[in-house]
Amino acid sequence: MSAPVFKNPIVRWVDYRLPIFSFMHHEMHEYPAPRNLNYWWNFGSLSGIVLMAMIVTGIVLAMHYTPHADMAFASVERIMRDVNYGWLIRYIHMNGGSMFFLLVYIHIFRGLYYGSYKAPRELLWILGVVILLLMMATAFMGYVLPWGQMSFWGATVITNLFSAIPWVGESVVAWLWGGFAVDNPTLNRFYSLHYLLPFAILGVVFLHMWALHRFGSNNPLGIDTKGPQDTIPFHPYYTYKDLYGLGVFLIVFAIFVFFAPNFFGEPDNYIQADPLVTPTHIVPEWYLLPYYAILRAITFDIWFLEAKLIGVIAMFASILLLMFLPWLDRSPVRSAKFRPIYKWVFWVFVIDCVILGVVGANAPGDLVFPNPEAVPDPETGDLPGFKYLLLGQIATAYYFLHLLAVIPLLGLLERPLPVPHSISRPVAAGAGVRRMEKA
Amino acid sequence: MRRISIAVFAACLGVFAPAGAEAEEGAELTHQSWSFAGMFGTYDRAAAQRGLQVYTEVCAACHSLSLLSYRHLSGIGLDEDAIEAIAAAVTVTDGPNDEGDMFDRPGRPADRFVAPFANDKAARAANNGAFPPDLSLIVKARPGGADYVYALLTGYEEPPAGFELQDGMNYNAYFTGHQIAMPAPLSDDAVTYADGTPATVAQMAHDLTTFFAWSAEPEAEARKRMGVKVVLFLIVLTFLFYAVKRKVWRGLH
Ligand code: HEC
Ligand code: HEM
Repeated sequence: MSAPVFKNPIVRWVDYRLPIFSFMHHEMHEYPAPRNLNYWWNFGSLSGIVLMAMIVTGIVLAMHYTPHADMAFASVERIMRDVNYGWLIRYIHMNGGSMFFLLVYIHIFRGLYYGSYKAPRELLWILGVVILLLMMATAFMGYVLPWGQMSFWGATVITNLFSAIPWVGESVVAWLWGGFAVDNPTLNRFYSLHYLLPFAILGVVFLHMWALHRFGSNNPLGIDTKGPQDTIPFHPYYTYKDLYGLGVFLIVFAIFVFFAPNFFGEPDNYIQADPLVTPTHIVPEWYLLPYYAILRAITFDIWFLEAKLIGVIAMFASILLLMFLPWLDRSPVRSAKFRPIYKWVFWVFVIDCVILGVVGANAPGDLVFPNPEAVPDPETGDLPGFKYLLLGQIATAYYFLHLLAVIPLLGLLERPLPVPHSISRPVAAGAGVRRMEKA
Repeated sequence: MRRISIAVFAACLGVFAPAGAEAEEGAELTHQSWSFAGMFGTYDRAAAQRGLQVYTEVCAACHSLSLLSYRHLSGIGLDEDAIEAIAAAVTVTDGPNDEGDMFDRPGRPADRFVAPFANDKAARAANNGAFPPDLSLIVKARPGGADYVYALLTGYEEPPAGFELQDGMNYNAYFTGHQIAMPAPLSDDAVTYADGTPATVAQMAHDLTTFFAWSAEPEAEARKRMGVKVVLFLIVLTFLFYAVKRKVWRGLH
């Protein structure tokens, strides 16, 4: 790859001393990308753009927001009513959070389908899981800032989880709160961290990109690029493809911001926080519902472990386990296209995650199929029938079974289809899969 | 401490939430037709102004509207003189002045709507311990939104036979638990509308709800207007991007 020659003398002068333009040219213009990427490969760059939008709108919100338990709610309403275009900034930030998770979840499932987590992209994948964890922490703390009822009670429920830690749990919770309940000190530290973490995310995104550019993108066939005939320069091909995707995404985003800005929200969060009034249903934002369902699925003690502690461990394990996926999946073939069984099992996992989300949104004691004739037990008020609790337990069991048993076993038992020899010659390389992988 | 946090935790997780809680929830809402519904909806100015009148003459005795200033009323079509007149009709406690004393003065457009009670405790004390919530955001703060507020205001009826109504409570089909501390606030001709509209309960409830929908989302009209332009612009832009993408990729074999 030859060094680019820049026409602009200032650019040339700078680049000679600090080759930043060469670097950008190298990483963005001539960066070779597989020629067969489909639209599922748009979601990474879209996530990056939304991250930038979150940071920009967040910084503007922070100029008008007051992080005090007595004033936070009113200050957010002041942004909505009295700050010029404050409603626009806030609704972009609020819906941007949901959009960010939507894009990132699609991005993750893309990786699961096409086996993008496999060698040599394990670290790239792990960094992605770190980003997801940081996003969850950021969004959780951001949701507390407007200091509505869900903000307050969501914070109370989630911070209370840490009391499950044996012996030191109570002290840890008091330390997190900065007192004996969620209160002004809690709000202040959450605000501080909510401002900090997005920049941590930015840092990890940078590492994520660095790791990506080491081997380049995976592709729908899941095979390595074999030479220049398999690749095209990122610019202009994928820059324009990404721009087109961005346009489509922005239309969807704008429809929510302008016409249904509270679609993802809870009416309760327009009631100022009141420590004396507990809402009937405390639910987190939609993107955290599956984890919430896993947390609540564990209602039984195992040996000396309390149910609550196991629930918390299961919830964190559900994400941390993803980091080990590159080693849990032993199949030599990346793309589900050539994995006749995994292809279906993948969708079972997607549906399982959606079910977990639905379970998280419902009260565990409610019936999955409402039955007006069901007679509650006179003593416990219990309804007979198939409850969300059981559905959640089944879905949680499958979640872990999928990662810990189905995936490892498939790697051993499944017979992959023959994989094409190369991207530019999409003909099956009759010789079989294993040799190709070693080539 | 440990006990409390475990109890809070359990309650919050709803693991032990009484099953069949939905039986307690209010009756199904009927969908009303609202001027402000939909992508192009706007607030019916006359209805919102009538709603303001009912709020001022009836609801303001108990409910605050603290997120609104009088000057905001230009959003429902009142001109400066009307707003000044409305503001001047209330008494605002201001101060301290140079002598260090608080003093009363007539309201100004920049003042917030004056609350009926000095604080939450006073509001409870005057209402048998129940708290009349601030109504600025009420339409946004309840599932069902405008339809719920309308249904609540028109939903007072005789309790069904066998229903045990607690002392000082009122039966309302749409309120969670069907018992509400607020006595039916509206009755026919509770106000006299300047524009001659008959002040039936349904009419007043409709006007009030329009007013509260505006007070909850005063930006909605500007938002939707901008939204139409933004989305149209984005559609054109996206077509352009698509055309460029097609052109760039056509050269690829
Ligand atoms: C005599 C005092 C009083 C008046 C006048 C009054 N309210 Fe109320 N209102 C209350 C009280 C007290 C509550 C709390 C009820 C409860 O929690 O059981 C309440 C609650 C409400 C609620 C909330 C219901 C919910 O879902 O939580 C709305 C909406 C409401 N009032 C609207 C109005 C409107 C509109 C008017 C004017 C037409 C009005 N009120 C007049 C005392 C009053
Ligand atoms: C990773 C990116 C981010 C995510 C996922 C995120 C998420 C959120 C969420 C979910 C809310 C609650 C919105 C609501 O219900 O009103 C919020 C509020 C807020 N965020 Fe962020 N945020 C991000 C970045 C930032 C940044 C970088 C800043 C500031 C530098 C910021 C400042 C604020 C402020 C001041 C609020 C309170 C105002 C409000 O509630 O509208 N955010 N954030």
